[in-house]
Amino acid sequence: MTEAGTERRDYDVAVVGGGLVGAAVAWGLARLGQRVAMLDEGDDAKRASRGNFALVWVQSKGLGMAEYASWTVRGSQAWPALADALSRETGIDVALQQPGGFHLALSEKELETRAQNLMRLHNQPRMVGYETTILGAADVRKMLPDVGPEVVGGSYCPLDGHVNSQKLLRALHTGLARHGGTYLPGRRVNGIATRDGAFRLSTPRGELAAAKVVLAAGNANMTLAPMVGLSAPMLPERGQIIVTERVAPFLHHPVVTIRQTDEGSVMIGDSKEEATDPAGMTFPINTVMADRAVRMFPRLARLNVVRTWSAIRVMTADGFPIYEQSTTAPGAFVVTCHSGVTLAANHALEIAPMIAKGALDESLGAFSARRFDARPR
Amino acid sequence: MSRLASLPETWDVLIIGAGPAGMAAATVTASAGLSTLVVDEGPGPGGQIWRAIMTTPVMSRPILGSDYWAGAPAVRTFYESGATYLPSTQVWSLDADGVAGLSADGVARYVTAKRVVIATGAMERPFPVPGWTLPGVLTVGAAQGLLKTSGHYPSGRLVIAGTGPLVWLYAAQLLAAGGRISALLDTTDPGARLAATRSFPAFAASPYLAKGLTLMAKVRARVRVLRKVTALAIDGHDRATSVRFRRGAGSEEQIPADTVLLHQGVVPQVNLAMAAGVPHRWDDRQLCFVPELAPFGQTAVERIAIAGDGAGISGWEAAVERGRLAGIGAARALGISHDSLPSPDAPIRRLRTLARPRAFLDVFYRPAVAFRRPAPETIVCRCEEVTAGEVERAVEIGALGPAQLKSYTRCGMGPCQGRMCGLTVTELMAAKRGVSPAEIGYFRLRAPVKPITLAEIASLPVDGTIVKAVVRS
Amino acid sequence: MLARVDDRHQRTIHISIDGRAVEVRAGDTVATALLAADIAACRISAVSETPRGPYCLMGVCFECLVTVDGVGNRQGCLIEVREGMAIETQSRRREAGR
Repeated sequence: MTEAGTERRDYDVAVVGGGLVGAAVAWGLARLGQRVAMLDEGDDAKRASRGNFALVWVQSKGLGMAEYASWTVRGSQAWPALADALSRETGIDVALQQPGGFHLALSEKELETRAQNLMRLHNQPRMVGYETTILGAADVRKMLPDVGPEVVGGSYCPLDGHVNSQKLLRALHTGLARHGGTYLPGRRVNGIATRDGAFRLSTPRGELAAAKVVLAAGNANMTLAPMVGLSAPMLPERGQIIVTERVAPFLHHPVVTIRQTDEGSVMIGDSKEEATDPAGMTFPINTVMADRAVRMFPRLARLNVVRTWSAIRVMTADGFPIYEQSTTAPGAFVVTCHSGVTLAANHALEIAPMIAKGALDESLGAFSARRFDARPR
Repeated sequence: MSRLASLPETWDVLIIGAGPAGMAAATVTASAGLSTLVVDEGPGPGGQIWRAIMTTPVMSRPILGSDYWAGAPAVRTFYESGATYLPSTQVWSLDADGVAGLSADGVARYVTAKRVVIATGAMERPFPVPGWTLPGVLTVGAAQGLLKTSGHYPSGRLVIAGTGPLVWLYAAQLLAAGGRISALLDTTDPGARLAATRSFPAFAASPYLAKGLTLMAKVRARVRVLRKVTALAIDGHDRATSVRFRRGAGSEEQIPADTVLLHQGVVPQVNLAMAAGVPHRWDDRQLCFVPELAPFGQTAVERIAIAGDGAGISGWEAAVERGRLAGIGAARALGISHDSLPSPDAPIRRLRTLARPRAFLDVFYRPAVAFRRPAPETIVCRCEEVTAGEVERAVEIGALGPAQLKSYTRCGMGPCQGRMCGLTVTELMAAKRGVSPAEIGYFRLRAPVKPITLAEIASLPVDGTIVKAVVRS
Repeated sequence: MLARVDDRHQRTIHISIDGRAVEVRAGDTVATALLAADIAACRISAVSETPRGPYCLMGVCFECLVTVDGVGNRQGCLIEVREGMAIETQSRRREAGR
């Protein structure tokens, strides 16, 4: 590693972004024998991967794009294979659990809105078939005996689950290294040029050349994509998360806004604000999240909060993934989405082989950013 | 209704910490007629140095000594100043607008102050050695607090290990109280001794030299002091039973122990100030992060000043003066005329005098590298049980700093919020990467900096637009 | 295993530790009461579930967490004893709701 000037090693693929999306693609490529460099920012990076809620989540995904629902179901089904592979290769158990998950309602109105949204989702043309059930309070209580009296019901989908996303990130980074991949933190990519049949990425620590480049830099894809003839319209959101001290296991199904980690902490999350400053945190948001969590599970009331944080969520302009290869600079790909955890298996086990081969499957056509051209925004 | 709940919403000055600095600052601002709220997490005023000064059962004055008893008049002046004092209250958040989150007895609320003085003082530097998590291993400061608050001292086989003035002070206090010490393992780095010679004249000119030598002589007369200890480990199954150590390059020795007390200096408590956005810098002499301050303790965050050992370690006498200055600064900023405030000249002069011997103490008692960057198998993060080796492995797979380290290992993510591992992590990562501790930095800290329950957070006020940002359909 | 200097007359307070009646002195903290009763370990650690006890006694280390009057994970070194207080050491992980 040279500190300045040209980084001498050449790579088959340079993956820009060391978060969950970039690391999944990079690991997937490295295990196919590709020489991979994964470039990442420094320790002060915004890092959406730290702000994720670690759900492997199916219900509610895909309203407005049925292909996204199918893609998500596939991701959920492919997850056990990913967890197995990571465990075998790195010894890290990422604590995948897919016991089915809930979305809880605290009023009849919330439940009704929920039911209508699900109906609209499942009534779409080309919608994949899977089970999501609206349950009344009594049925919810059978599976979640600790819910409070204000819970009037909810929706349940047996495909839903969660993982330990920190362990996932570490496993992907460890796995990348095991397959000879190179992790290059502290390399924020400032420019990408094509010269002599290679992509040349300029970073504060010099230039790096690769035959292919994958843009997996989250919201930064917005500025990187046009450098290689791609586009990635993004609309970042800020999300906040509250974490409690560890307690004995009591919540055996993840709820979309509350889950108990394999380590025992309870995570409460999922607010959204349009904002780009991850350091800015609206503490009253935590109050609303805490209030709803305590009403859903009164047992949580006396738990000590050990951490709260906010992070910028990666969000494309319409909320669906963008997967595309550049037509003007073939070999340049953009891979970006909101659900880096849910779709990790797809990225590592499906997208990476396509990139290695040099072409994305036609079945991913719906995820082209060309969809934004057709629609005035 | 609790006292906290019935408190006014807004204050001229909020002072966090009722030690020497906080009490001095409050005395200035309250005497100037400013509404002053002082909150402290302890049950009584005095901070650590004057802990339990109004209630201690150790009434025989020579035991705790004159520096301790100097606290009694300070507390009386503070009580008479007109400041509102709220003990047993945690400050779990503070922002640049002067809004502070308080919590006591399960009740949380916000108060707002035009000026805030953070006077949260120091804590003992982490002393990560194998076995330091065993029950029966405490810090010297803990034992001293125990003696002050309740008159208790360890009665079994006691081993004290470490370096710094507090080791000798406590040992002398313990002996005076009637306690016994099996052995004192002195980890003072012989290399540091040499490095300190340059700053010795200024130290020799201060009263500290005579004071320190007297203490040491008293202890040495009655305790087996083993010098040049270079390696240390505590053994035991369910609690500490013995201490293993090495002197110089010598072979391993072992002594039985029921209680082991560790200490290697004190460092500023930075969590609240950092979470409030106050910029800090690495202090190469004191080997810790200290806030960047203007002469009256002001920080880059307009409303917030810092006084006392939280502003950099300089002892209780300096803490009093820095507290006065912070109080004067806050009062001036709020428009109190200079004439109706004490002059800052005397505190500034006194601080200059007090600073002179400090360089020697900092260098002489600088903890040895082996005790700041422990061997790989040593637990560094007590909460999440992350070892020094795991921190180094995280660097190997690409962690540049503490933020990425957290993602990889959970180091620093337990209830103590990195207080017990932060400095060790910074120094370990710096050494492993071959860069300065300043470049590594510290954990990024956020509210709540002290534990607060979900129910307390849920009870805080909100407005309607915020509810919309959360509820999902 | 503690001895004590006690030259100020203070009220005796009756508390229980793990159901055992214990006499302490007004002004003592929960953590002090444990140490005085020769209870060095007051809980198990969160990861390896090995015994832990009070360490810093100044609110920083979060090692002296115990259950006080039914509420788990309270910092024993910051809480003064009160007449009738029930202290429980934590040999298992805290349960939500306790």
